[in-house]
Amino acid sequence: MTVSGLCEMIGLKPILLPQGDREVTGGYCGDLLSWVMPRAQSGDAWITIMSNVNVAAVAQLTDVACVVFSEGVNPDEETLQKAKQHGINLLNCDKDSFTLCALIAKAIE
Amino acid sequence: MSSESLCFHFDVDGNNFISAGEASVQVKKLLRQMGFAPDLIRRVSIAMYEGEINMVIHAHGGVADVCVDQDVISVTLKDEGKGIADIELAMQEGYSTAPDNIRALGFGAGMGLPNMKRYADRMDVESEVGKGTKIVLEFIVAEG
Repeated sequence: MTVSGLCEMIGLKPILLPQGDREVTGGYCGDLLSWVMPRAQSGDAWITIMSNVNVAAVAQLTDVACVVFSEGVNPDEETLQKAKQHGINLLNCDKDSFTLCALIAKAIE
Repeated sequence: MSSESLCFHFDVDGNNFISAGEASVQVKKLLRQMGFAPDLIRRVSIAMYEGEINMVIHAHGGVADVCVDQDVISVTLKDEGKGIADIELAMQEGYSTAPDNIRALGFGAGMGLPNMKRYADRMDVESEVGKGTKIVLEFIVAEG
């Protein structure tokens, strides 16, 4: 399942999709960046409500396939700029994190 | 047998959360270009990022020096911040002195130093209250 495919399948809104053909191989959900960092894996869809600029750095360092902001959260301008600069996929969705995790888990089964 | 090492120097801007992570991301790219294993690159860049963030939060920035040898990668983080009074305590998971505004950004969970220790093969912390902190992280490059 690619990031673009995931967007279509469960109705995620692409905010930035520079690498829509990246494969989503798993998922991780968390908002504490230092907690997420050693745990999120390359290829994961990272579900979070955290939207400050450090999210872009963590996404790069962990090499997740995309960041999915749940609960209708939107990234701030700095995050957007940094993600643009580094080609990070940013998506969002109005659903809560739990529901989103369940949907993504099912979609990539 | 040691060949010459490649060293990179980075200034970590203490007033700027936006640029925190720039150095680690750059190191990640450099190591990737040099052909190191993805797992090693991940460990080095994440540990270094924690160090960068710590210097931004607690020490108004500092410097990071990365040296790449054939068999070891070392990351030295130096700052002239307030120092760590009790290193043993600071190394415990969950212990943090980060202020609330930092916690709101998703940091300050008391995972920074523990994550650095978890990822590095060797870690040395020297600190003096009021003078600053120096952390040396070493990562062994596995053969093959």
